[in-house]
Amino acid sequence: MMAPGAAPALKHLAQNGAAEAIHVENLHKKFGELHVLKGVSLSARDGEVIAIIGGSGSGKSTLLRCINCLENPTSGIIRVNGEEIKLKADSHGHTVPADRKQIERIRSKLGMVFQNFNLWSHMTLIENVIEVPVHVLGVKREVAIAEAEKLLTRVGLAEKRDVYPAYLSGGQQQRAAIARALAINPRVMLFDEPTSALDPELVGEVLKVIGDLAREGRTMVLVTHEMKFAREVATHVVYLYNGLVEEEGPPEQIFGAPKSERLKQFIRNIG
Amino acid sequence: MVGLLHTIEIAIGATCLGLLIGIGGAYGKLYGGPVVRDLLAVYTTVVRAVPELVLILLLYYAGTDLINQVLAALGYQRIDISGLAAGIAVLGFVQGAYSTEVIRGAILAIPQGQIEAARAYGMSPGLLLRRITLPAMLPFAIPGLANLWLIATKDTALLAVVGFYELTLATRQAAGVTKAYLTFYLAAGAIYLLVTLISNLIIGRIEARARRGMPSLKEAR
Ligand SMILES: Nc1ncnc2c1ncn2[C@@H]1O[C@H](COP(=O)(O)OP(=O)(O)O)[C@@H](O)[C@H]1O
Ligand SMILES: [Mg+2]
Repeated sequence: MMAPGAAPALKHLAQNGAAEAIHVENLHKKFGELHVLKGVSLSARDGEVIAIIGGSGSGKSTLLRCINCLENPTSGIIRVNGEEIKLKADSHGHTVPADRKQIERIRSKLGMVFQNFNLWSHMTLIENVIEVPVHVLGVKREVAIAEAEKLLTRVGLAEKRDVYPAYLSGGQQQRAAIARALAINPRVMLFDEPTSALDPELVGEVLKVIGDLAREGRTMVLVTHEMKFAREVATHVVYLYNGLVEEEGPPEQIFGAPKSERLKQFIRNIG
Repeated sequence: MVGLLHTIEIAIGATCLGLLIGIGGAYGKLYGGPVVRDLLAVYTTVVRAVPELVLILLLYYAGTDLINQVLAALGYQRIDISGLAAGIAVLGFVQGAYSTEVIRGAILAIPQGQIEAARAYGMSPGLLLRRITLPAMLPFAIPGLANLWLIATKDTALLAVVGFYELTLATRQAAGVTKAYLTFYLAAGAIYLLVTLISNLIIGRIEARARRGMPSLKEAR
């Protein structure tokens, strides 16, 4: 499908034959008068780790939230798992999902990890992890529990399975949130600044878990300010500036030989 | 004793009905369209502005009359509405207005991210309400709802004015017959107190369960 004349923004896809898990094309998002995304395109093939970097307010979270329809895009195309999200205009002229069932189906393929963890506070860790498999995906409870125990072990929280989130450190909560995301066996993991709310000494333990996932070939879209980490795990880096993709490419190019002045300055300031 | 039983029956019925109305009302106020929100605002404002006694008289007489007129218009027989059903309906309607506000506040107190996470994982609105919103708002709602329950047990006394046989009316009759006013009213007072004490015990249990995920304030000090 990749014609020789394809936009340079999508060029990296041509090198990779894997199926496309997420495809975003010319995405616009307005909050009232505020034009936050001004035509962003993005693609994640199976096994790719896409890191999104950019200054505060550049639209990184909005982009991620549009992918699983926590925000409704103003215009543009989003395909997840090969399925294009159907949108329609409501009576006020806002774009809204046309098919709620489709949105729910798509969302259950995407494992979202939030900056503030957002674990359900009235459930223990194990209950948090089995919640979606049991109640949304219809997995048998015993099966879900066995799986959840494995996942909690993986993120190093096996002995905390019956503890409520409020009794845990931020790093532990975020690792549990990653286990919750893995429990749905997602096609793609979405991370929105997963370490930004953590004390510095807790960042490492969370990055290690995410890094392991990346190395074993999980498809991920990762918004992060951890440049060193992004350089290490990403297969492709997208630099967002003011609602547009200012520059993108493999990490060696973005961090080693950036072209855009803004990107150079951004890396200087943050690194 | 029958009086006490009726009192408790009505209080439970009214509180349950009030809770249902309250959940619906709170959802409507938070997520409903402008028309729904306006209607609910009128409901909660009016019900909370008018004295309960007046509301009870109004709803009981006007309500039964209205139902019978509708039935007559549709060509059915007039029915005698049982005092119990009417009492529950009337008090439940009143309780619903207060519950709406208590539950609305409690839902607003839930960290928004928890609701967002549920949506992000594909929960349908119904599942989200049942699995996340209701249990997560409970710790914030219980003190207010517990108040409402205690008020409901006592508001049942107001139903005496429409001739419903509950604890207060039973007491008045017994006292009137025996002339032992002090004894009977003291006994009635003691029974109300007992109901409150037992309620407090049960509510304490429920609250401890609802707050299970929250570190206690003592530990935080
Ligand atoms: N729900 C919203 N309503 C109005 N403005 C919003 C909303 N969410 C985000 N914004 C605005 O959109 C811009 C981009 O936000 P965001 O995507 O969160 O940026 P980033 O994650 O890159 O820091 C910001 O100016 C922010 O204030
Ligand atoms: Mg953000």
